[in-house]
Amino acid sequence: MTKKLNPKTRVWHYRSRNKQLISWFIWLVATALFMYCWQRVSESTTWFFVWDAPRIAGDIGYRMIPPRWSYINELWEPLWDTLNIATIGTMMAIVMAIPVAFLAARNTTPSTTIVRPIALLIIVSSRSINSLIWSLLLVSIIGPGVVAGIVAISLRSIGFIAKLLYEAIEEIDHNQVEAVTASGASNLQILIYGIVPQILPAFAGISVFRWDINIRESTVLGLVGAGGIGLQLNASLNVLAWPQVTLILILILLAVILSEWVSAKVRHSII
Amino acid sequence: MLEIKQLVKKYQTGDLAIDRVDLTVENGQVIALIGPSGAGKSTLIRCVNRLENSTSGEIWLNGENIVKMRSGKLRRTRRSMGMIFQEYALVERLTVMENVLSGRLGYVGFWRSFLRKFPQSDIGAAFGLLAKVGLDTMANKRADELSGGQRQRVGIARALIQKPDILLVDEPTASLDPKTSRQIMRLITELCEENKLAAIINIHDVALAQMYAERIVGLREGRIVYDGNPDDLKPNVLSEIYGKEDWTNVRKQKTKNKNSIKEIPNTDEHMEEMQ
Repeated sequence: MTKKLNPKTRVWHYRSRNKQLISWFIWLVATALFMYCWQRVSESTTWFFVWDAPRIAGDIGYRMIPPRWSYINELWEPLWDTLNIATIGTMMAIVMAIPVAFLAARNTTPSTTIVRPIALLIIVSSRSINSLIWSLLLVSIIGPGVVAGIVAISLRSIGFIAKLLYEAIEEIDHNQVEAVTASGASNLQILIYGIVPQILPAFAGISVFRWDINIRESTVLGLVGAGGIGLQLNASLNVLAWPQVTLILILILLAVILSEWVSAKVRHSII
Repeated sequence: MLEIKQLVKKYQTGDLAIDRVDLTVENGQVIALIGPSGAGKSTLIRCVNRLENSTSGEIWLNGENIVKMRSGKLRRTRRSMGMIFQEYALVERLTVMENVLSGRLGYVGFWRSFLRKFPQSDIGAAFGLLAKVGLDTMANKRADELSGGQRQRVGIARALIQKPDILLVDEPTASLDPKTSRQIMRLITELCEENKLAAIINIHDVALAQMYAERIVGLREGRIVYDGNPDDLKPNVLSEIYGKEDWTNVRKQKTKNKNSIKEIPNTDEHMEEMQ
């Protein structure tokens, strides 16, 4: 113990021997698991179809071009529906997500024992169900059409927006809140002066980001009857009208590019 | 006017931050509260405006016990205590004007403050204070565009627009360079004198404290170990507040030890400034 160690010959290891062993063992298990899974997947695959895939893909690709441009006049309205589903759905989600976020954030919730878990439950249940599944449920509840799509999109988005927003609320600079508190402000005033200015950029970014995602999600909702351009896509797929499918895919691509451009612009101008 | 009696603050971790402190601040008196980091300086003034709740003891301001107040009453009392923070604590994304006007939140209703429709008298007072701290052309700048010294000036204007009786000032110069520090301290003490304000100024720069305060209180491990005149702060007193240290000989010792890599005297930079 008292022996003086020569600093020039003292040895230092990044990991101790035990940690090294554990790390090696974890790698071993992971590799074995991967090999096992690979084998199982391989057994249950009909390899004939897989080898055949390039030929089929080429065949469909051949049938898909050229796109049937004249079909476009039937697509404007469903496309407009799609944009509306995404936009209105996002707005409804924002309205519902804001209170949920404030109830879920540790520093603004009125009670961590009752209210916060409920808010977190709302967030988790909204997030755990895909909007396509929400649509399936809602089409059978409120019938097919645009409204089902809007509600599906908004129910799915509440959790997403509320989660990111409550994380932003929890990360605010507490000093600014204290400064406002020290002036004798009421709780609501502390909220609008101390907290809201700090989360506004995050809020705008989250909302636009979710709108951008929702444009993409709303294009497929029609597959289950919840309105929008997906209805046409489904119909065209069912009758193997490949040139129409191509046109729809091109249109969806353009819509998504446009929404990403808008969302990037908005986020850039806020930060 | 402010009377702290047997104040104790014990954190949930069991740390005793304030240990039976008695302190009376007269009207218009500017006190510098000095002491090492962790001595409880911040905790003490944060207990006064109840940003933290004390464990036991009493705090009397203008004849009322702050410790016992409920939220509505506390909010009204907080209006008469202006606070100035170490890291300025401005709302970064609001304008200078909004930051100054936020000092009036205790007087203005929710909708007025939400819509930024403050009474003209408040806006006039804000422009007046901004002129006084030399920032009247910056009213519409966002707080995060300002330099450290400018931000602290906004912080001072925000505290003063409350029309307080006492200022609670927490390390106002810790993030500023020496020149700006002096300017800020001079501004605070001048404004106190002009408005007959009392102030408790937490500061770890002993030289600055001696320059600008009329009374110095030394805090060590949550207890007051010195209370008196700035001129009586002799090395033995400083040793009692901060612990043993060579308060006069820093430079000489360093040169003597220059060629050996032995431990350099463990001094804080503000002690060098004292010479």
